Amino acid sequence: MRCVWMVCVLCLAPAVAAILCKPDVTDGYKVRLSIKTALGDDAYEWSKSELFLFRAVLAFAVQRKTNNVNYDVSNILVCDETERVSFWFVVTTPDNTSELLPKLVVENAIRENRHRINSAFLLTDQTLDFVGINPTLAAPIEYDTPPWLIVFGVVMGVVCAGIVALLVSTFLQKKRAKKPSADPVDDEDGSGSIAGNGILCESIGDKDGTYNQGFTDDDRFTKL
Amino acid sequence: MGWNSRLKMPNPGLDQRVLSHAQLEKLEVEEAGERPKWDNKAQYMLTCVGFCVGLGNVWRFPYLCQSHGGGAFMIPFLILLVLEGIPLLHLEFAIGQRLRRGSIGVWSSINPYMLGVGIASMCVSLLVSLYYNTIIAWVLWYFFNSFQEPLPWSQCPVNVNRTGLEWECESSSPVDYFWYRNTLNITSAIDEPGGLQWWMVLCLISAWAVLYVCCIRGIETTGKAVYVTSTLPYVVLTIFLIRGLTLKGSISGIKFLFTPDLDELSNPATWLDAGAQVFYSFSLAFGGLISFSSYNSVHNNCEQDAVIISIINAFTSIFAATVIYTIIGFRATQRYDDCLAGNILTLINMFDLPEKSIDDSNYASSLSHLNSTYPAIISNLQLKTCNLNTFLTEGVEGTGLAFIVFTEAITKMPLAPLWSVLFFIMLFCLGLSSMFGNIEGVLVPLQDLKVFPKSWSKEAISGVTCLVCCCIGLIFVQGSGNYWLALFDSFAGSIPLLITGFCEMVGVVYVYGIDRFNEDLKFMIGHKPNIFWQSTWRVISPLIMLVIFLFYFATTISKELFYISWDPESVTFPTLKQKPYPVWIYIIIFLLAGVPSLAVPGAALFRAIWKRYC
Repeated sequence: MRCVWMVCVLCLAPAVAAILCKPDVTDGYKVRLSIKTALGDDAYEWSKSELFLFRAVLAFAVQRKTNNVNYDVSNILVCDETERVSFWFVVTTPDNTSELLPKLVVENAIRENRHRINSAFLLTDQTLDFVGINPTLAAPIEYDTPPWLIVFGVVMGVVCAGIVALLVSTFLQKKRAKKPSADPVDDEDGSGSIAGNGILCESIGDKDGTYNQGFTDDDRFTKL
Repeated sequence: MGWNSRLKMPNPGLDQRVLSHAQLEKLEVEEAGERPKWDNKAQYMLTCVGFCVGLGNVWRFPYLCQSHGGGAFMIPFLILLVLEGIPLLHLEFAIGQRLRRGSIGVWSSINPYMLGVGIASMCVSLLVSLYYNTIIAWVLWYFFNSFQEPLPWSQCPVNVNRTGLEWECESSSPVDYFWYRNTLNITSAIDEPGGLQWWMVLCLISAWAVLYVCCIRGIETTGKAVYVTSTLPYVVLTIFLIRGLTLKGSISGIKFLFTPDLDELSNPATWLDAGAQVFYSFSLAFGGLISFSSYNSVHNNCEQDAVIISIINAFTSIFAATVIYTIIGFRATQRYDDCLAGNILTLINMFDLPEKSIDDSNYASSLSHLNSTYPAIISNLQLKTCNLNTFLTEGVEGTGLAFIVFTEAITKMPLAPLWSVLFFIMLFCLGLSSMFGNIEGVLVPLQDLKVFPKSWSKEAISGVTCLVCCCIGLIFVQGSGNYWLALFDSFAGSIPLLITGFCEMVGVVYVYGIDRFNEDLKFMIGHKPNIFWQSTWRVISPLIMLVIFLFYFATTISKELFYISWDPESVTFPTLKQKPYPVWIYIIIFLLAGVPSLAVPGAALFRAIWKRYC
């Protein structure tokens, strides 16, 4: 009698499981894996062992979330597998295998352990897609000083140093030029400008572009 | 000789205003005169090449080339280069070298009534300097921001609640967002000033500071700076060419650029655009080239220089276009691949097909098969149409090319910060070397007009000029700055230059006298200019200038003026929205284009009245 009862239960169990997990179930999620996109030539084949790993990782995630209540691989039910490598899964409670864990608990468990789940399969948030669970965005990188200000500071420092250096060198040049001012030899050698009586000819009368250089030759030798 | 000598206008007193050949010879031998000199020929050539080769070669020419029939565009470009560009260049070099003055000095020497041409050149140089340095400030901003991984324009920022991406960024693209929001912080209309953007003010100050340190003593410091600023762009372009050719899709970019469409040659707009590009590309009529050439020795071979610089300019345009289009080809192919991959993913997700069952090669056939079997589902999916040509023609001109398209392409390359740094250093050098010429075209006339007291040193004069320009340039770093810049670019740097260029030719050939000019050239370079120069100077080039000017004037006057704005609230966002200019802008437009143009006859009129009544 007991044997018959056990056989009946065993036969019913997969049927019960089948009813619990089905496409578009309220407390379950659809998962899509894009292994070939993520790994290219290093892609592994999706097999029963991979599915087992998935169930194990998910059990781990839920166990972690529910403060170490003992979940087993058998608590994760999978159905509707396709060639795409997509399937639906639901999570049953360990105490009562016909009761499903609420959607929100499952979602939070996956969110908190997303990184671990991704790493187990060498995939990313985009290639291991839990349909309906959007990946939390990475925190934006906060800099103490924006990098551009640092580069700006460096460039401006160099430029200002250059300006100061050039202005100082001009100032020193002028000082040095002023020193031998009474030396009569300078004019003869010609510092490049023609001067008569110490007045540069170019500065005299340049109205309307009229430039009469008729006197320049004479003034070179007229030093009073 | 013959008919042309009779066409010369009466020009009394010319001999008193210019140095005679004997005096020039004496000046040369004794190395007398306060005028600055080039340390060597290389400095002069590099400065002129730097002035001519600018941002336009990188971001205007490739677009023109591609939109006007690809390889076929070379034909009008090269023809007009020879008939318009080289003669004008030779003319400016020769007249500067002969008269040994800046632009104001040259035109008032030729005839005091032509002072207006010099003033027009100065005004245009000033207006262009104001906005051109703002572009350099933008380049500097991007350069400063290139020293981080990942680049700030590669991803959208997260919104305030950390629930998703910033809306404005998500609906457009990270590069658009970084350009319009993080860089410009642009308002939606030109009459909304939006306030000064402090980070851009800092960049503007650094741009003017760098310019000041290079121009502080005139060509003495500029001549040293050009060793770097004129050569570095070529190095970077070569590096980018090698890098670009190794990227996927670069060849499709080059093919797209150079595929000739000979039908475009019958379109007059092609020839006019080619002529305008040649004219603006050579930075003629700014006065800077005349100034640079006046620092040369009297017997410098300006004819050879003009030909060499023209060839270098043309070569650079074509070289830069090739490089740009390898990168654009790469970006377009990436975008196309992403678009296709997105569609394929949608299809295999919908129908639960295995991965790689649909790929690029059988996408079209698979799609049509699925469409015939499940047409309703397919139409609901709203698949995007992926067309490589659309991506290749996207926004590939001006600031859009440099700050949006190219920066996006860089983010897809490995070692992105390195390429970004190189690219923006190249743009910076190109812009800075052109600014040297612009500033020269402002500083020398200011000195000739005796605006500054004689006691002021060169450093003080250039310092004050840079400071004033920087302060006025603050218009361009407010929220609506980009719209103002586009306004200045369209009106200050176009029509007045054409008028000035035309007057320059007419002035030298008919007022100064082509016979006298030929004699001068014989004195300077040893032989009289041949029939090519004679025909182009007297007839061909002025005619081309006149035709281009009339066409541009007619199109500008006839059409309604509008600008494109970035308006997040518009229905068509993220496409830029066309808005008409408010009425008061027309006054500004008149000032920008009208004042320099009217200075040409205005100064003559003013002088005539002054002479009569004083």
